[in-house]
Amino acid sequence: MTRDLVVQFLAQGAQMTLVLLIAPLAVGVVRRVKARLMRRQGPPLLQAYLDLAKLLRKESVIAEGASWLFRSAPYLIFALTWVAAALVPSFASGLMFNWAADVVALVALLGAARALLALAGMDVGTSFGGIGSSREMMIATLAEPAMMLIVLTLAIAAGTTRLAGVADFFIAEPFAVRVSMALSLIALVIVALAENARIPVDNPATHLELTMVHEAMVLEYSGRHLAVIEAAAALKLVLYFSLIVCLFVPFGIAGPDAGIPAFGLGVLAYLAKLLGLAVLLPIGETSVAKMRVFRYPLFVGSAFAAAALAVFLLFVSKGF
Amino acid sequence: MPELFVSGVALGALAVAAFLAALTRGPALALVYPVSALAAITLGVVDLRVLLAGADVAARLPIGLPGIGLHLRLDSLSAFFGIVINGGVLAASVYGMGFDRAKELTPRVEPLFPLFAAAMNLVLIADDAYAFLFSWELMSLASWALVVARHTDPESRRAAHLYLIMAAIGTAALLFAFGGLAGPAGGYAFDTVRAHPPQPTVAALVLVAALVGCGSKGGLIPLHAWLPLAHPAAPSHVSALMSGVMTKVAIYGFVRIAFDLLGPPIWWWALPPIILGAMTAVLGLLYAVLDRDLKRVLAYSTIENVGVIFVALGLALAFSANGQPEGAAVAMAAALLHVLNHSWFKSLLFLGAGAVLHATGRRDLDGLGGLIHRMPRTAAFFLVGALAISALPPLNGFVSEWLLFQAVIAAPALPQAALHFASPAIGAMLALAAALAAACFVRVYGTAFLGRPRSAEAAGAHDVPLAQQLAMGGLALLCILGGLMGSVLAMALAPVLDKLVGAALPGPGSGPTPFSLIAFDPARSIYDAPVIALFVAIASLTTLVVVHRLSERRTRRGPAWDCGFPDPSPATQYTASSFAQPLRRVYGAAAFAAQETVVMPPPGDMRPARFSVVVVDHLWRVFYAAPGRAVIGLSERLNVLQFLTIRRYLVLMFVTLVILLSIAAVTT
Repeated sequence: MTRDLVVQFLAQGAQMTLVLLIAPLAVGVVRRVKARLMRRQGPPLLQAYLDLAKLLRKESVIAEGASWLFRSAPYLIFALTWVAAALVPSFASGLMFNWAADVVALVALLGAARALLALAGMDVGTSFGGIGSSREMMIATLAEPAMMLIVLTLAIAAGTTRLAGVADFFIAEPFAVRVSMALSLIALVIVALAENARIPVDNPATHLELTMVHEAMVLEYSGRHLAVIEAAAALKLVLYFSLIVCLFVPFGIAGPDAGIPAFGLGVLAYLAKLLGLAVLLPIGETSVAKMRVFRYPLFVGSAFAAAALAVFLLFVSKGF
Repeated sequence: MPELFVSGVALGALAVAAFLAALTRGPALALVYPVSALAAITLGVVDLRVLLAGADVAARLPIGLPGIGLHLRLDSLSAFFGIVINGGVLAASVYGMGFDRAKELTPRVEPLFPLFAAAMNLVLIADDAYAFLFSWELMSLASWALVVARHTDPESRRAAHLYLIMAAIGTAALLFAFGGLAGPAGGYAFDTVRAHPPQPTVAALVLVAALVGCGSKGGLIPLHAWLPLAHPAAPSHVSALMSGVMTKVAIYGFVRIAFDLLGPPIWWWALPPIILGAMTAVLGLLYAVLDRDLKRVLAYSTIENVGVIFVALGLALAFSANGQPEGAAVAMAAALLHVLNHSWFKSLLFLGAGAVLHATGRRDLDGLGGLIHRMPRTAAFFLVGALAISALPPLNGFVSEWLLFQAVIAAPALPQAALHFASPAIGAMLALAAALAAACFVRVYGTAFLGRPRSAEAAGAHDVPLAQQLAMGGLALLCILGGLMGSVLAMALAPVLDKLVGAALPGPGSGPTPFSLIAFDPARSIYDAPVIALFVAIASLTTLVVVHRLSERRTRRGPAWDCGFPDPSPATQYTASSFAQPLRRVYGAAAFAAQETVVMPPPGDMRPARFSVVVVDHLWRVFYAAPGRAVIGLSERLNVLQFLTIRRYLVLMFVTLVILLSIAAVTT
């Protein structure tokens, strides 16, 4: 029993370290591919790590009116995102955290990180911080209903809200509910784009532009605080990659009582799938333009429509 | 029986305190708060004992209506709501102990405070319709008098006027409900009603009447309009009681009627509470997110939470009616835990708003700012409340929200098409409400406590007395503990759940740790708050240590960066109105026909540009303004009757007599 627990704990620790270590690499791949698509040389793949190291070396300049909330928020945001990322089964479905929280709790953990970031954005009392916070919360109100419907579809199909359970179900019955799953995938991709501040909702590479959302909130951060925030953003990207992979292409995930070889295979499959998404994201991003702020309801609303359609098709196919 | 005797003594102490305070003036009035606190502790302990023992205590006193007497009963349901109420009363009393004895006590508030507390407790232990309605009215009138305490303010008077009308309508509906329950035999004791549940048609009418009666007290849309006016108009610790606690008495009334007295439910009973509740949840927050008054935002958010509770109750009815007690237990546990959680964080937030009002004299969000520097403790407690009400883990609001989402997710398994097609709609509306709540409270906290002060009063604020900090701190602690120990609270609810829906949540033994909250079964859904909180704590502390090891650790204070052009004027900050602007653009156009107009002077003209927003409250127009006009129009027509000659009056009386006699002749 205790040995089991130790193994579980180590596997969980390995996953937490894995997502943390590859998060900047994923960002690096995305940036590199995007640059190549734009006929630019692009930064080296490891640039995101170097950026973090550089930020950690720099001194942190804190605005005069900043409170304790401003200084402590980055660590909490990072921790919440990290724990949420560790909740998503990446290479094995029988890990320790899988019983600790389900997908509803996962969404809520990300919500907590978002609320803290929005509060931190308003702490100094600048117009940019406020604009970012207010838009971020508006986008969240559009994305969360869609997310809830995606969860509902999965839960009806798999009979559980535990992510590991959903993954196990889709490994066992890969083509159970195809049309609904395709629509849910579309919805989840749109939600992921909105939540991760990617084009067409937000542009991660912009500054000094009235359309920025995420960057406006973190404008006052510098040095180590900014490093932690950037790392949290990278983790969130990997989290959504993992979520898409785990729910819609779960093949290769090690089962609940897998041995070391299965774990190894799981890690390789996971990395390959992650790489695939990290290449697909910039292709998508370079093929569309950034939207105006008040076009978001249409774009994110289409995720809601797709998710609602998925639920209703599921009802029909299940014969309710 | 001895339990009821102890409760009776505590209620008596409250009544005596109210009576004596009505005769006194000056600093002696402050004594009502220690007395109320002691009485609340006594009543709460009795309630806790009854809840844990699981056995009812009942008594019958020879007062009240002739032939019926006064029935009192403390069962597990009353005991649970008693704990909710007395917790709120205790917090408000402790807060009241911090009042300045020379300045802040008035004979318009202090004598009514213990009366209000006693009346709410009486509603819970009433075991016949007469006692219930009597104490319900006592509660309404006591709170009405507290609302009108600042009677020199025309807004308070208007709020009190509307409250009185709505309370009268609500009580009339409840009177009708109890009439239906009692039936032609007139069995007004709850025991008699339980033994003879009404016919299905009568039961449906009773349910609608109960929904109107309890919904109007709880603020269910469209019966909500009085609530955001009346709750903020009262002194802040009374607002905390009204919003945090009195709305729970309304929920209690609905639960008592719908789950206990009305007999076995029929599936479509679930629809009205679910539909009205979901609409209330979303609209309540849309109102809240657009409002600029701190206390009114909190009152609107109360409406939202009452809506959420009604959705959960409706789902519990639906599961119960279909013979799925496990689902009903999840939904009911969500409703009851939300009752408890909301009483904690809403009381906390209203007390915090009171502290802000006390320190700055303002409750308009656009006049506050930067209070986190000047009121650090209040700011910390308010932050806990704001995050808890936004249903964010690991605080307590999320526990009940999680259970509710589990119930919604299970709802497609119900056999009726209306219910399983409704479930995605409810789920989406609840998710929207949760996201709007987060937006609303980020806005409130961000403008009132963060940023730079927008007025001289906000710049010169100071923290409140120790007793008031203690009241808020205690509630904040409860919000944190309730979030971590949600499964323990759910277990304590087992006797209530068993009584109402015939099942409880799976016990702690079936989960991986003793603190796992489980919906249905462990393979399906688990939320383990302590494990998550522990990992978040470990992760954040490790990050802190590692980052400090790796980094330069140098920190410099400098002017804000703000893209290179920081403006020293606090007017350049985002205000509450500007924060709400994207939400108003997205949702306001549909919900409130919101229109923005910008008047730009032509180039070269030195006049300032003007920006104005028009927001139409359709609900007020349709449900309040139009009937109000109709009543006034009708009474003006009928006014003619006041100025007739004696001859005509005699004719009228004669005609009336003839009509009545002919009706009597036809019907017999």
